Amino acid sequence: MSVIDLVTRKSSNEDEKSNSSDVITLTHPIPKRRRRTSLRVPRLVRRVVGPLIVLALWQWSCSAGVFTSFEVASPIAVIDAARELWNQGVLQSNLLISLRRVAEGLGVGVTVGVIFAVLSGLFRVGEDLVDPVIQAARAVPILGLVPLAIIWFGVGELPKIFLIALGSTFAIYINTFAGIRGVDTKLVEAGQTFGLSRWGLVRRIILPGALPSFLVGLRLALVGSWLIVIVAEEINAQSGIGYLIMQAQTTDRTDIMMMGLAIYAILGLLADALVRLLERRLLSWRRTFAGA
Amino acid sequence: MMTRANEVTPINSTLGTAVAASNVQRSFNGRDVLKGVNLTIKGDEFVALLGRSGTGKSTLLRILGGLDADYEGDVLVPQRRAVVFQESRLIPWQRVLANVVLGLGTGNGGRAALKARGLEALGEVGLAEHAHDWPLTLSGGESQRVALARALVREPQLMLLDEPFGALDALTRIKMHALLQRLCARHRPAVLLVTHDVDEAILLADRAVVLVEGEIALDTRIDVEHPRDRSDPAFVELRNRLLKELGVQEVDARPSLLHTASDVETEFNNRYKQSFR
Ligand SMILES: Nc1ncnc2c1ncn2[C@@H]1O[C@H](COP(=O)(O)OP(=O)(O)O)[C@@H](O)[C@H]1O
Ligand SMILES: [Mg+2]
Repeated sequence: MSVIDLVTRKSSNEDEKSNSSDVITLTHPIPKRRRRTSLRVPRLVRRVVGPLIVLALWQWSCSAGVFTSFEVASPIAVIDAARELWNQGVLQSNLLISLRRVAEGLGVGVTVGVIFAVLSGLFRVGEDLVDPVIQAARAVPILGLVPLAIIWFGVGELPKIFLIALGSTFAIYINTFAGIRGVDTKLVEAGQTFGLSRWGLVRRIILPGALPSFLVGLRLALVGSWLIVIVAEEINAQSGIGYLIMQAQTTDRTDIMMMGLAIYAILGLLADALVRLLERRLLSWRRTFAGA
Repeated sequence: MMTRANEVTPINSTLGTAVAASNVQRSFNGRDVLKGVNLTIKGDEFVALLGRSGTGKSTLLRILGGLDADYEGDVLVPQRRAVVFQESRLIPWQRVLANVVLGLGTGNGGRAALKARGLEALGEVGLAEHAHDWPLTLSGGESQRVALARALVREPQLMLLDEPFGALDALTRIKMHALLQRLCARHRPAVLLVTHDVDEAILLADRAVVLVEGEIALDTRIDVEHPRDRSDPAFVELRNRLLKELGVQEVDARPSLLHTASDVETEFNNRYKQSFR
């Protein structure tokens, strides 16, 4: 619009001033983000506030006599139980054994899951051969396999590791497979035009592209493996946190049972933090929405 | 997902021909998209390939780039080729420099020499200081410049550009035109530039080829004097000819109504640009 146009437009506006409904009134300021300089709470602190509140409510309900100490042990009683077992050396040794089982089972589960996901992700033949088998196996409830695992592997470490591996491998397989298939063909094509070999494509483009999904699978697998280890140890074991819990049941030690559960909770939290750390390190190239 | 790259026969470079394609046909699900295309491009020629959306420009370019093996006819291209797509297609999890040297062997100079080559190419597009950034932190124009660097570092004898500036804003596009002209003057590859922008074609190319319904309908030299100016009568005449070939009617210019740059741009769009985007 020309300058002259603007001028004429203005004068005609003045003529119509009586028509007040057409006059713009500026009533809507666009909200600004408030500066948060003084009340900047560190992330870590904010993340522990929730659990602390739960703990406080728990302690309060026990002290106020909502539950008897046989029904629910208070947080303080749980800490005392932990200290007692620690001093006897029982807690450390059993915790280490459980940790080791999870690490070994998870190691096997992740390896197997990744290998099969890569096979069926990269090759149609692989998919046709592997995928139906895995989908069917996935539908079998793992806990239903406990008696069979004992028949197959006896009562030693093997059945436990087998069950944990099984409990973690499917999450790895499914997510990694989806990740591989979700890699943008345009990027694969770009790699091809610029002379990457088949192996180069896999190593530089396809596997890194599947990494975010793999990490999602790893999180689920961690949860799954802790779930299985407690069951495996409660059913058939002479050691481990699950075994401690079963022992406590026979002696009516609610505080020890709850200590066992608390340890699982804490380990779950730590495992999640570990995967978050991995994500931050490995996926630093991403620019995605991280929450307001 | 990983089709084998088409083994296109390398041309003997002494012939000075960068593309020799004869009777190229391609159909998708029984629908003929390319119906016998013949195209020869000389060793240092800059050819613009014009055509409405969906006429098979990208299909032809992908065949020449060795990305589509399911074609009929004969295609000869040189060994060193590079492609720049409309989207930069940088690998997001590789730093800018790694993207530029993607797929290049370390050669006899080792890693350091390869890195130096990549940095030099990035310097040519003015992005050396972004060598260690992640691609997702770059703007659209910067990404395309990296894509150009990635193509150039291979010293291609044939550069295939598929609407490389199509997604950029008008100002960035003008800068990219100048950059491309500079780079081509220095490296002298043969270029096939796919575009739907007639002005872009006339500004940059030595020759314009119009693809209509899978066949080459017009193949003409661009004899507008350098530096090329949109108001040059030869420019205007060729533009009208190309637009006519593309089936776009240009409305009579009404210069008295055009006051500002943005009015010109709008008018430009209204008249023909949008109609075949
Ligand atoms: N992989 C494909 N499968 C099926 N149809 C395709 C494929 N690639 C291109 N086409 C079709 O071929 C025609 C030409 O496409 P294209 O070469 O991309 O056109 P453009 O000239 O816009 O670049 C379009 O109708 C498109 O739908
Ligand atoms: Mg196209």
